[in-house]
Amino acid sequence: MTQTAATNPNQLDGTQGAVSDWASDQRAFKNVPWGKAMMWIFLLSDTFIFSCFLISYMTVRSSTKIPWPNTSKVFGLNVNGVEVPLLLIAIMTFILISSSGTMAMAVKYGYERKRKMTTALLLLTALFGATFVAMQAFEWTKLIHEGVRPWGNPFGAPQFGATFFMITGFHGTHVTIGVIFLLIVARKVWRGDYDTGKRGFFTSRKGNYSIVEAMGLYWHFVDLVWVFIFAFFYLW
Amino acid sequence: MAQLEGQQHPIGTYLWIWGWLFVLSAFSYLVDYLQFQGAVRWTLILTFMMLKAGLIMAFFMHLKWERMALVYALLIPMFAVMVFVGIMVWESDYTLLSRLVFYATGT
Repeated sequence: MTQTAATNPNQLDGTQGAVSDWASDQRAFKNVPWGKAMMWIFLLSDTFIFSCFLISYMTVRSSTKIPWPNTSKVFGLNVNGVEVPLLLIAIMTFILISSSGTMAMAVKYGYERKRKMTTALLLLTALFGATFVAMQAFEWTKLIHEGVRPWGNPFGAPQFGATFFMITGFHGTHVTIGVIFLLIVARKVWRGDYDTGKRGFFTSRKGNYSIVEAMGLYWHFVDLVWVFIFAFFYLW
Repeated sequence: MAQLEGQQHPIGTYLWIWGWLFVLSAFSYLVDYLQFQGAVRWTLILTFMMLKAGLIMAFFMHLKWERMALVYALLIPMFAVMVFVGIMVWESDYTLLSRLVFYATGT
C-alpha cells in the first residue's frame, strides 16, 4: 500500500500526527489536494442534511400511534404470481454497489494515466447510476398509483409518504447530479484534459487526476447514504 | 507507469471489497426475506449496515490510508449526530406518551 503524495519523512503519523497537523499554523490537511479536502468538507455537511432527514423519519415513526406500513409488502413485487418482498430495492442496492466498485477502479486507472480504461469505467458507473434512478422512478410511479401521497396512504401511518418521498427523492437527486458530473468528468478524461492541463470551462483552473478521486468520493458517499436508507427505511 | 501520486492500491483490494459488499447486502436482504423479527432483526440489520458503511469508507473512500487529521475531522462531528438522535428519541417518546394520554379514544 503506497502512502499519499510526497510523504514528508519528518511528519508524525496516527493521533500524534493529527495533533501536530492541526496545530501546525498552516493547512491542516497535508498530503491531500485542496479539491479533495473541500469535497470531504462538502460531504460532511451533506451527511448532516441526510442525518436530519433520517432523524425526522425516526421521530415521526416512533411517535405515531398508527401502525407504520409494512415496507416488506409495500415494496414487494409480484413476479409470475409470487410475491417477492423488497425485490426492486434489493436489485437497486446491488446496482449501486456495483457502480461504486467500477468508480473505485476508475480512480485507480486515472492515477495510472490509463485514459481509455478510466473513461470506460466512468461511463459504466454513470450507466449504473442512471439505471438506479430509472428504477426509482418506476418505484415512485407504482406507489403513486397505489395512492401513496405525502399526506396519506392506504397502508398505515400518513407520515410514511412524506418521509418516503423526501428521503428517496433527495437521494435520487444526488444520484442524478452524480450521473451528470460523471459524464462531464468522463469527457474530460477522454479528451486528456487532465494530462494537458486544459483549463475548465467553469473555474478556469487546470485539472488533474485528483478530480477523478474527488468525483469518486461523491459517488461512494451516495452509495453510503443508500446503505443507511436501505437499513433504516426499507428493512426496519 | 504508476507515479507516486494520489491513492494507489492494487485492483484486488477493490474487487475483494466489492465482493464483500455484495455478500453483506445479500445477508441484509435475507434478514427481510426470511422474516427475522424483534431483537435479532435489529441486531443483524445494524451489524450489516455498519460493516458495509465501514468497508465503503475505509477502502473505497480511502480513509484507511488518509492522515488522522482528516479522519478525525470527519468522524468526530458524527458524535453530534448521535447526540441529536438521542435527543429526538427522548422527544418522540414524550410525544407518543402525550398522544396516548390525550387521544386515547380515537386512532
